[in-house]
Amino acid sequence: MNATSNASSAVIRIEDLTVQYAQGTVAADSINLEIPAGQIVAIVGESGSGKSTLTKTLIGLLPQGTEVQGSVRFGGTEVTNLSLSDWRAIRGAGIGLVPQDPGASLDPVKTIGSQIIEVFRLHPSRSVPKAQWRSKAIELMQSVGIDRAESRLDQFPHELSGGLKQRVLIAIAFALNPQLLIADEPTSALDVTVQRTVLEVFVSLARKKGTTVLFVTHDLAVATDIADRVLVMNSGRLLEDRSVPALVAQSTEPYTKALLDQAYAHQDRQQPSTSDDIAITVEGLGKVFGKGRNEHQVLSDVSFEVQRGTTFSLVGESGSGKSTTAKIIMGMHPATEGSVLVNGREVANISGKQRYDLWRDAQLVYQNPDSALDPRQSIGSIIAEPMVNYRLGDSARRAQRVAQLMDQVNLPEQLVGRRPGELSGGQRQRVAIARALASGAKILVLDEALSALDVLTQEQILELLDQLQREEQLTYLFISHDLHVVERISHRVGVMCRGQIVESGTVDEIYSNPQHEYTRTLLAANPGKVLRELADSRTA
Amino acid sequence: MSLITEHVGSVDTADQPLASTKTATKIGNPAARWFAAWWVLIPLAVFVAWAFLPSLFTGHDPITGVPADKLLAPSAEHLFGTDHLGRDIYSRVVYGTRQTLLTAGLACLVGSVVGSILGLLAGTAGRFADTVAMRFVDIVLAVPAFLIALILVTATEPGPLSLGLGVGIASIAVFARLVRTEVLRVRSRDFVQAALMSGGKYFTVLRRHIIPHIVGPVLSLLAVDLGAAILAISGLGFLGFGSPPPTPEWGLLISEGRQYLSVAWWLTTLPGLVIVSAVMLTAVLGRAINKAFRF
Amino acid sequence: MGTYIVKRLGQALLVIWLAYTAVFIAVQSLPNDPVTIFLSTDSAADPATIAQMKAYYGYDQPLFVQYFSQLLGLLRGDLGYSLSNGSEVATRIGEVAGSTLILAGSAFVLSVVFALIIASAASLARGGKLRKALLNLPPLMVSIPVFWLGLLLLQLLAVQLGVMSLFPDGSFMSLAVPIFVLAVHLSAPIAQVLIKSVQEVNRQPFIEVLRAKGASEAWIFYRHTLKNAAPAALSIAGITIGALLAGSVITETVFSRAGLGQLILQSVTAQDIPLVQGLVLLTAVVFTAVNLLVDLIHPQLDPRIVTSTSGATRSLVA
Repeated sequence: MNATSNASSAVIRIEDLTVQYAQGTVAADSINLEIPAGQIVAIVGESGSGKSTLTKTLIGLLPQGTEVQGSVRFGGTEVTNLSLSDWRAIRGAGIGLVPQDPGASLDPVKTIGSQIIEVFRLHPSRSVPKAQWRSKAIELMQSVGIDRAESRLDQFPHELSGGLKQRVLIAIAFALNPQLLIADEPTSALDVTVQRTVLEVFVSLARKKGTTVLFVTHDLAVATDIADRVLVMNSGRLLEDRSVPALVAQSTEPYTKALLDQAYAHQDRQQPSTSDDIAITVEGLGKVFGKGRNEHQVLSDVSFEVQRGTTFSLVGESGSGKSTTAKIIMGMHPATEGSVLVNGREVANISGKQRYDLWRDAQLVYQNPDSALDPRQSIGSIIAEPMVNYRLGDSARRAQRVAQLMDQVNLPEQLVGRRPGELSGGQRQRVAIARALASGAKILVLDEALSALDVLTQEQILELLDQLQREEQLTYLFISHDLHVVERISHRVGVMCRGQIVESGTVDEIYSNPQHEYTRTLLAANPGKVLRELADSRTA
Repeated sequence: MSLITEHVGSVDTADQPLASTKTATKIGNPAARWFAAWWVLIPLAVFVAWAFLPSLFTGHDPITGVPADKLLAPSAEHLFGTDHLGRDIYSRVVYGTRQTLLTAGLACLVGSVVGSILGLLAGTAGRFADTVAMRFVDIVLAVPAFLIALILVTATEPGPLSLGLGVGIASIAVFARLVRTEVLRVRSRDFVQAALMSGGKYFTVLRRHIIPHIVGPVLSLLAVDLGAAILAISGLGFLGFGSPPPTPEWGLLISEGRQYLSVAWWLTTLPGLVIVSAVMLTAVLGRAINKAFRF
Repeated sequence: MGTYIVKRLGQALLVIWLAYTAVFIAVQSLPNDPVTIFLSTDSAADPATIAQMKAYYGYDQPLFVQYFSQLLGLLRGDLGYSLSNGSEVATRIGEVAGSTLILAGSAFVLSVVFALIIASAASLARGGKLRKALLNLPPLMVSIPVFWLGLLLLQLLAVQLGVMSLFPDGSFMSLAVPIFVLAVHLSAPIAQVLIKSVQEVNRQPFIEVLRAKGASEAWIFYRHTLKNAAPAALSIAGITIGALLAGSVITETVFSRAGLGQLILQSVTAQDIPLVQGLVLLTAVVFTAVNLLVDLIHPQLDPRIVTSTSGATRSLVA
């Protein structure tokens, strides 16, 4: 009696699920999970943890040849052996999906309206009569907070911002009131403020309609903010399955603890130093892109100073001009107005030999180490390249220096002959850092250098950067959208918005006592509120 | 006619269904794996041998026939039969290989060298160079390859040199476009900029970081373009713009056989099959090269 | 949109003008003037006749006069006079263009149909073997010389089966078979590009989102993939115009049809340079016009094109 009522109230019931891909990887390993109706469950894990495999199994979209063992029941129906046409009846109607990348998840050549109405067309028996499709689509768009819904029906995806596209996708997912909604990293491609509003819309809609939600994310802070219950996955196994407060209080798994530590780490802020040795001075920097009608100002009157041996962070959302600033400092873009001094030398609008001189003092570390390292070169020759180009030392001296640099960035010696493809993401970023230091540069511009890495890898690179800074008196200009990381690495912070620095100051000043409206909005949108509250109550 | 070389990449992806696993790599033995990828070199080597040592492969004279043996159907003695003058068609095909391959080789050389340089300039030397090079390519494309070859062949003395040059000029556009696309693809990755910042000068970066990445696609296109050149040259030969008779040349052979279509099917069919197989082999080779150079 | 059309139109005119100039320079760089070359096949030609003819056709004028008078003529549709029979180049082309237009036009349409059939069958085929066979069809078709396929069909249909005649007789078969041969040749590259483009579109996340909406593979293919993949195939279809001309010349020869192909061969053999020049310009104009059309259709298929300014290449040394 008890057992049957349990079974019927569970929307999803997974027993001993094991998924093995055709090439042999076991991506899910004996998973047991039951989700009652109306619950919001978050799955947290790094890339390759098996969280995506789990969601793909639930919606029947595993690649062909994948072996699935165990049982998955959706509302009482066993779905592991469903036929294609049975699956098609469930997808979109019984189970909805909010995908990861809103930019690429809508058909670029079809209008927004037609893509919403398509769900009705695919499931005519579950939807309203044809005559009402259009008005229902408008209603849906309004329910996810899209303004001017009527006129947007005929727009194409490229005419909408990322946040609006994700709202459209949420509207599509909710269109037929599915029992289960799978959200696969739905906000990781969005700016924090946009992420916050999209999450609010999403969660309130799910609560209102009583939809069961499985929310996949790599970000524990986001997970704890919205979910009733958090699952932690690592290498195909479910490590934790607890409510949010229980996760914080009772977690025993080292992996979860590491994730939590990372999320809590805001206590160890850097103390501002008071040196008057200035490494970078930016004064009244302005930049205009385009000409004539297409002209737009991307930077105006940007000024800041970076003291030697400290970290200055530019934080802001996409399009705020922080990367453009970095490129101008590195001599890759000319400035329209203003000046940039690196080690006292003017570098705005330099060319030729002066640029090569600049690059001996200052180096750039890119966001994506995949793209920043030539896949055909060995690690050794990548690190040695600046020394070869600048003719530093002979080949024996260079080999010695490569070994020393690899040791400094904690790369095992035997990797020297490997190619980037054989290394992990974190190791590759270490290689990129080693190369940046090879020519003797003491100033590093880190352009979103941690954003492409998993949370725990970020942690290690952060430690490395900190250690290098202390050992080598390095100066960092850290460009990031991630408030959490910025808080930990910086001595001073400049908040950028629409090409201007709206506020700058020490970490304490910015994070504890923000003056500008935009800074406050940004900080309020920073996920992890629930975690912070729990942490505060624990320490109190 | 070299149009078909335009999309070497499509030849390459053609055998990859949506979610296929790489069965080819599962063959354990390295020799077997090598053979699975490179078996195509063996028949191609036969063609090259035909071109340089034709007398090893046939005892018949390709030029003077035995009138008594005219229009014989294929047999053990005459593999491809004989023509109206009693010449052995198989030996005419074998002896014709040199003419066709050398001309096609010349065409590829012209097309690939000039095209690659243009493509490199377009992709790396700034907007002005890009515009000039790409406008040039537009013009070459706007006048059909076939006409360029035809005009060059008539305006100068007909022969393998002008034929190869004409066909080669026509394929410049294809190489230039491919190289430019590949250069832009490589350049979109941060490591090219990083190489500049590591103190690399223009030619250093070109040599160390760009050219190694485009060698594979260019070699692959070269193989496919060889096939396209063989097709173009045999087409021109068929129309009578190749070498004058009685020099054996593949297109010319078929054109001569055309008059005997109703009595001797082998005169057109069998040399044609040789052309088809040669061209297909170059396509397979192109695919193998592309796979070998992929990173 | 307006600026887009104007820009493309300007580019097209520029290409035609440059092509004209290139042809003019090529003719000038020949070792002799057109009249001398034309008459060189005729051993009886004496210098007086040559000079008279040169004056008649305007080849004794200064270069820049020739350049501009010919360019002006081109703008009025006047391509000069054929040396072999003295009639207007435009007239000689006009006489035979219709026949080629029917052949090439139908073959072009049919080749697009073939490409669509091959690509959709290859994309929707369930069995791995069938799919693989279909995917290998275009590379095979590309390797077959047009003239050989034509002769093979003549051999089979006219000689063996006797369902068509060896020479054009106005019957359905005598038109359909050449069209088919030309279409097979043309469809291969279009099909290859279409298949490749379809495979690229299929890797995009929105395809998975469509599956999650409950759409079937056929639904996804016909309503989404095809429209996304079409621009690439359309571009290549535009470029096949060059191959279409070459294919027409050969097809016309194989099937003994009158048309532009034969005119081209005659003019080249007779070294009738004004006629060759006219034919080259005609093909350049047709090619450019078709590709202009393709460029103008693109925005209808892909709304992103007009708004995105093409990514111009920066110098490596910036």
